[in-house]
Amino acid sequence: MAEAAAAPATRKPIVPFLRIPEDPAEKPYLSGSRCKNCGATYLGTRMACSKCFSTEPMEMVKLSDRGELHVFSIVHQSAPGVPTPYIAAIVDLPEGVSVRCNINGVDPDPAKLKFGMPVQMVTEKIRTDREGNDVIAFSFKPV
Amino acid sequence: MRDVAVIGVGMIKFGRYPEKTVPELAGQAVLLALKDAGIDMKDVQLLASGNLYQSNAMVGQRIMQTIGQTGIPVINVANACATGSTAFREAYMAVASGAYDVAVAVGSEQMGKMGLLGAGGGGGDPAYSTEGVLGSGLMPAVFGMAGVEHMRKYGTTQEQFAKVSVKNHKHSMHNPYSQYQTEVGLEDVLNARVVSWPNTLYMCCPTGDGAAAAVVCSMDKARQYTTHPVRIAASVLTSDPWTQRDLTMPDINTLTRNAAKEAYEKAGVGPEDLDLIELHDCFATAELLHYENLGICGEGEAGRLIDEGATSVGGKIPVNASGGLLSKGHPLGATGVANVCEVVWHLRGEAGNRQVEGAKVGLAHVIGLGSACTIQVLEKV
Repeated sequence: MAEAAAAPATRKPIVPFLRIPEDPAEKPYLSGSRCKNCGATYLGTRMACSKCFSTEPMEMVKLSDRGELHVFSIVHQSAPGVPTPYIAAIVDLPEGVSVRCNINGVDPDPAKLKFGMPVQMVTEKIRTDREGNDVIAFSFKPV
Repeated sequence: MRDVAVIGVGMIKFGRYPEKTVPELAGQAVLLALKDAGIDMKDVQLLASGNLYQSNAMVGQRIMQTIGQTGIPVINVANACATGSTAFREAYMAVASGAYDVAVAVGSEQMGKMGLLGAGGGGGDPAYSTEGVLGSGLMPAVFGMAGVEHMRKYGTTQEQFAKVSVKNHKHSMHNPYSQYQTEVGLEDVLNARVVSWPNTLYMCCPTGDGAAAAVVCSMDKARQYTTHPVRIAASVLTSDPWTQRDLTMPDINTLTRNAAKEAYEKAGVGPEDLDLIELHDCFATAELLHYENLGICGEGEAGRLIDEGATSVGGKIPVNASGGLLSKGHPLGATGVANVCEVVWHLRGEAGNRQVEGAKVGLAHVIGLGSACTIQVLEKV
């Protein structure tokens, strides 16, 4: 008797604003909200706009997977289990929102990084959670 | 709102006291401040206690249990690194409002060696922890990036940030209350191991234990207690307003500028009138940003200011004569009261070998990430 094939593990995003489409052929993307009153844009969802205080429901925005490196720091000392050194960064997305992320694909050396350099989002499984799901995280790498 | 004076201050040397309890450390500081003011616990009408790690454990009441239980109102205060200075402001507001004549503020902390890596966390599946996976939200990286932003905008160098550490360690040689009293050279600082670039080990404040206290009193009664009251010309508290990069990249600048503007208006002075500043150098990068945030130089000029030596004792505008957080230490809850103690000592001419000559007006600044900014402007009367 052939054994039943194991069902593929469910993929869960490390943060709610990372959306993982059901169809594995579609790429994961970052999701934001935009205030209809003033245009301020946020990662994830908001109850109210912290810029203009409007409580009108916001419009959902699918954020670009490409941005620019605003600033970074090279982290050499971190919480247990985090490999160091790594590049911690702030990436500006064209929709007017910024995201905190690691930069991979380049040495953790300030001389190798340029302010404003274009970077591309990638996703990968980083851990398995208590229920056996794959935890998916994003990072950015130089284009 | 009526005029309020500081009539007594006291602090213990910052360091490591694993054998003591928090109420013992804080109680010691309160007793020193009461003695300095020439009063007793029975004269105190309100106590504001700042402590972060035991913020849900009634530290204020436990302090009174060690030094005098009079049944007065006790407020336990938490506001990240601005915990002690918010407690000071609570004491100030209690007296300024007219509701109380004499109040005490005390800030304390016992940190062990874990620092902020030990705080936070909470329940939940650790598989979803974002620290080190989606960048970093911890203080070394936050202040590393704030410094890198200054490098991006103005070409400030790691060396200029490192000079802050050299200056503050040198200042602390004359401060008996400082946790560390060792000079470090520029090469020592630059060659030390990197914590979060551009900050190396000596560019990060240490963890430690400590406590500081201040007694405040209405100005019209102050001269009953002391011949040298120090007037609180302004005591301001702000939180972080909305900014473009919002929660992703903490903005340590806007809320400080807002607080500075309000404090200068209330005190009727400008940055050029200050004789000394004790500001929040939790990391060396922070200090240069705050030169501009507090208006002691123009935009982008902070690097030049430290290159010129203007912010050393003896210079145009001494910053962190105490040794700052970098050398004096940063027991979180204690800091915001300790820098008030320091400014008061200079205004009274009691700062020993680190005295800023002829000091008449001083500013104490703290920023707590999350965020809160306090600024006190104090003046000799």
